[in-house]
Amino acid sequence: MQSTLTESKLSPDAAIFRHTVRAGDPFIHEIKAGQTVRILDLKGNQAVDTLFYSAVDPAERYSSVDTIRGQRNIYLTTGTRLISNEGNAMLEIVADTCGRHDTLGGACASESNMVRYALEKKFMHSCRDSFLLAIADCDHRIAAKIGGFTKRDITSNINFFMNVPVTPEGRLTFEDGISQAGKYVELEALMDVVILISNCPQLNNPCNAYNPTPVEVLIWE
Amino acid sequence: MTSKQASPDLSPHLPSELPPELVVYDEVLPGGAHWSIQLKRGYSLRLTDLDGGANVGALFYNQDEKSERYNMPDTLKAQYIAYLTAGYVCYSDMGRILVSLTRDTCGWHDTISGTTNAALIAEKYGARHYEDYHNDYFRNGRDSFLIQLGRYGLQKKDLVPNVNFFSKVTVDETGGMRFVENFSPAGAFVDLRAEMNVLCVLNSCPHPLHPGGQYPIKPVRMTVWRSGYGGGPDDPCRLSRPENDRGFRNTIAYFAQQAFVG
Repeated sequence: MQSTLTESKLSPDAAIFRHTVRAGDPFIHEIKAGQTVRILDLKGNQAVDTLFYSAVDPAERYSSVDTIRGQRNIYLTTGTRLISNEGNAMLEIVADTCGRHDTLGGACASESNMVRYALEKKFMHSCRDSFLLAIADCDHRIAAKIGGFTKRDITSNINFFMNVPVTPEGRLTFEDGISQAGKYVELEALMDVVILISNCPQLNNPCNAYNPTPVEVLIWE
Repeated sequence: MTSKQASPDLSPHLPSELPPELVVYDEVLPGGAHWSIQLKRGYSLRLTDLDGGANVGALFYNQDEKSERYNMPDTLKAQYIAYLTAGYVCYSDMGRILVSLTRDTCGWHDTISGTTNAALIAEKYGARHYEDYHNDYFRNGRDSFLIQLGRYGLQKKDLVPNVNFFSKVTVDETGGMRFVENFSPAGAFVDLRAEMNVLCVLNSCPHPLHPGGQYPIKPVRMTVWRSGYGGGPDDPCRLSRPENDRGFRNTIAYFAQQAFVG
């Protein structure tokens, strides 16, 4: 999929919801079918680990492999439909000023940090910790949708603004981010969904340019 | 705990034909079928593509704590790969190694394509309902995984991105995915050495990017043999990357905590 940059016509002034997610924090929220959500990289080079669940039947959730196989392409950009484990389109990327987003690299965790960097990294903050806290301690309205979630519900996620190319020889590489301050990706919900974000705290690799920064989430009717 | 605890890696010294005294289980999984095997630490599962062109959808779980499971992203990013072959390992989400690929005569096993479902099978091969076709009905990967997972109390949420052994999918410069037809030759085999007590959930349903036409009925031989576990000082899987050295140290430490007697 060629990266094609598509700008949005939506004005931030018309958004019904605006929330800044600080670096290292989780964010969880319901998005109704027909609403549009934007994730805005406020300061540049910030990875945003994201999962989606059906708000009606949370056993239905985003599936990385069904999404990339459905479009026969590993990168996510404008036109990509996010496919669930039930084979349904959950959301569609309708605007993207970054051009490429990853869904193979997964989320960082204390455990994978030990393997990737050094055993003594185990006490550092990670996306998995943010995800686990978010599902353990969410607002009662969200808990009514996804109550009882455990680690087993944290599946392979999207990394918005991350660039993880695969070579024809099968090598996986982590390239410097292609995002900059003000870049964004926008998705239209095709069903009622719960969005679960970890604004990535990773300090051991360049996915956040070694300096995790805030992002903003905006929602339009 | 030092790595001297690990038993020697026997596999490099073995011929392709396993000595019968090492084999504890040997069975053929018919084409388009599903099965599961509880593979203890220190044993290896050899999958052999009997006719060529097989696909084995596979997922791995820690038998003793099944919320710990094969993690595709962690496997890929720890080893900077998008496929599996000899010298690489399958990581769990807990930073430990479930299985190591000690031998592989095939050369490429797909990790990024997921599995088929009923709709995809019907679209590619035509629907074959059980009522009409009995034992010749077409199974799909998703239902096969769910049926096997259900035997251990596992659910839909445990069906995570799987390995497709014997199948090759490449990615071009623009991210396009391409399935290589008839990649695996007849007789190709891969040895999966259990570094933990591993529940292996398997099916021989077609690869989801197989072009379709005739549903490929490809039997696969499943042989479990006593190999010893890995992580020793000369283990090629441990030496293949510094990350894998740490992965083995995590795995060995886990069994030390459990006072495992190997």
